[in-house]
Amino acid sequence: MDLSTFLQQLVNGASLGSMYALIAIGYTMVYGVLRLINFAHGDIMMVGAFLTYFAVSFKFPFEAAVALAIFGSIVVGILTDKIAYKPLRNAPKISLLITAIGISFFLENLFNVLFGGVPRAFSAPEYLSKVMHFNGIYMPVTVVIIPIMTVIILASLLWILYRTKYGMAIRALAFDIPTVKLMGINADSIISIVFALGSALAAIGGIFYAVSYPSIDPLMGIIVGLKAFAAAVLGGIGSVTGAVLGGFILGFTEIFVVALFPELGGYKDAFAFFFLILVLLFRPTGIMGEDLERSRF
Amino acid sequence: MLEIKNLQVYYGVIAAVRGIDMHIKRGEIVTLIGSNGAGKTSTLNALVNSVKKSGRVIFEGRNISTHPTHKIVREGIALVPEGRRVFINLSVEENLRMGAFNNDENFERLRGRMYELFPRLYDKREQMAGTLSGGEQQMLAIARALMSEPKLLMLDEPSLGLAPRIVGELFEVIAELKKSFPILLVEQNAFAALSIADYGYVLENGIISLEGESEKLEGNDDVRKRYLGV
Ligand SMILES: Nc1ncnc2c1ncn2[C@@H]1O[C@H](COP(=O)(O)OP(=O)(O)OP(=O)(O)O)[C@@H](O)[C@H]1O
Ligand SMILES: [Mg+2]
Repeated sequence: MDLSTFLQQLVNGASLGSMYALIAIGYTMVYGVLRLINFAHGDIMMVGAFLTYFAVSFKFPFEAAVALAIFGSIVVGILTDKIAYKPLRNAPKISLLITAIGISFFLENLFNVLFGGVPRAFSAPEYLSKVMHFNGIYMPVTVVIIPIMTVIILASLLWILYRTKYGMAIRALAFDIPTVKLMGINADSIISIVFALGSALAAIGGIFYAVSYPSIDPLMGIIVGLKAFAAAVLGGIGSVTGAVLGGFILGFTEIFVVALFPELGGYKDAFAFFFLILVLLFRPTGIMGEDLERSRF
Repeated sequence: MLEIKNLQVYYGVIAAVRGIDMHIKRGEIVTLIGSNGAGKTSTLNALVNSVKKSGRVIFEGRNISTHPTHKIVREGIALVPEGRRVFINLSVEENLRMGAFNNDENFERLRGRMYELFPRLYDKREQMAGTLSGGEQQMLAIARALMSEPKLLMLDEPSLGLAPRIVGELFEVIAELKKSFPILLVEQNAFAALSIADYGYVLENGIISLEGESEKLEGNDDVRKRYLGV
């Protein structure tokens, strides 16, 4: 592999890793506060991509479509919590998990019934699909923009978590819900904020995904969602920085293994789960994770 | 200020509190004493509606029995829970910020007050609360509750696990706080509690077995034998 190919793959890995990272954050944050693996989370990315697609086909400018899609995904995320998870706050965690799987099936099949399962071509605006070229490296604009945007988004998220009272409440909630209520804080609104943040990031991840692999379908969230989940566990579920780290590790590995050993290309979806198994065997708390019962952001 | 009527708490079929009446007036420290499992913590948790209960809780003339916990706190009742429960993964300062969640405009002023009241917290303000000693955590838990500028403060066994000297310091602070708002103090350390309280209730197996001015309780033979160990 020469230097320019290496750089090219590096950027590709960062771009793919960004998507995993953005989606993994939602898994990790919801797990942090509710101890729930929100299996419906991967489908929120699909919702985000579809809403963008429809808004664009209704002649909204792309940027407005993205804003609308993020907003719509936030609404869907908050509603799943309010309708499906909130009544189960005191129920056994397994009921919550099964409900999450149910919501996931529901969203996938709802979109399937409403819009059909045939993949639709997703057309990004021209300025995004242009290919840049310097020193023999050819890169679509998206591949460069995605990691940059992701870093900005992550910095904002960390700012919210560590510098605002709402972020502090999210971190406190992860540790002790009854005591958070004793601060006069409505724990359910904070949980809604967590779902809103997670869904917004998943929608952004979904839009990035749709722009990079310009096709969407109602089941697109399954495999990407599972990989992002693997990334969250790899990084240490409950830890936002861990989720980001896990996402990037997964993105880079996938790209580089395929680049170095093209004959393994067919197995690329398997790497995430291979990692997941390794982590669960040797370090069940993940890279940044601490005791699962005291997980932190 | 606070009136409790026929308060009952059941955990399934276990009766923890079996119909108690209490009364807290302005300017008073009222203490609720009793041995392990008497139902003291259940009573406090029932007052802020964090356990299932029946009975009436009247605060400043309004029936708050059915309000959710966070609303009761916003209405002016602060509880320093049993076992301190500071947010161990937040810094000391962030813990104070959480206490003032609904009191943004007064946060900085109150923070200054708390650091004056508990200088040790000032030295450790950037530290994670989980790294504080038990006594410091108790101070932080109290300071955090004060950040909401409550109208009534409830403390659940603040002396638990603290060295006698620290207990003395802490109770001086509590006695001082009485100037600002009434206090409901739950204690197993009946001696310390009665020494700063105006009025006391003795809880036994979920029932008030005795109540009265604290000097009277201190003089009562039963109380002396069972709770003061003399
Ligand atoms: N969550 C619960 N589920 C079932 N029983 C409980 C629960 N919490 C308390 N109890 C029972 O209710 C009774 C009263 O408990 P409570 O914690 O109110 O006592 P306490 O007076 O605060 O005791 P201590 O001084 O040890 O803190 C005890 O018998 C206890 O076992
Ligand atoms: Mg107790």
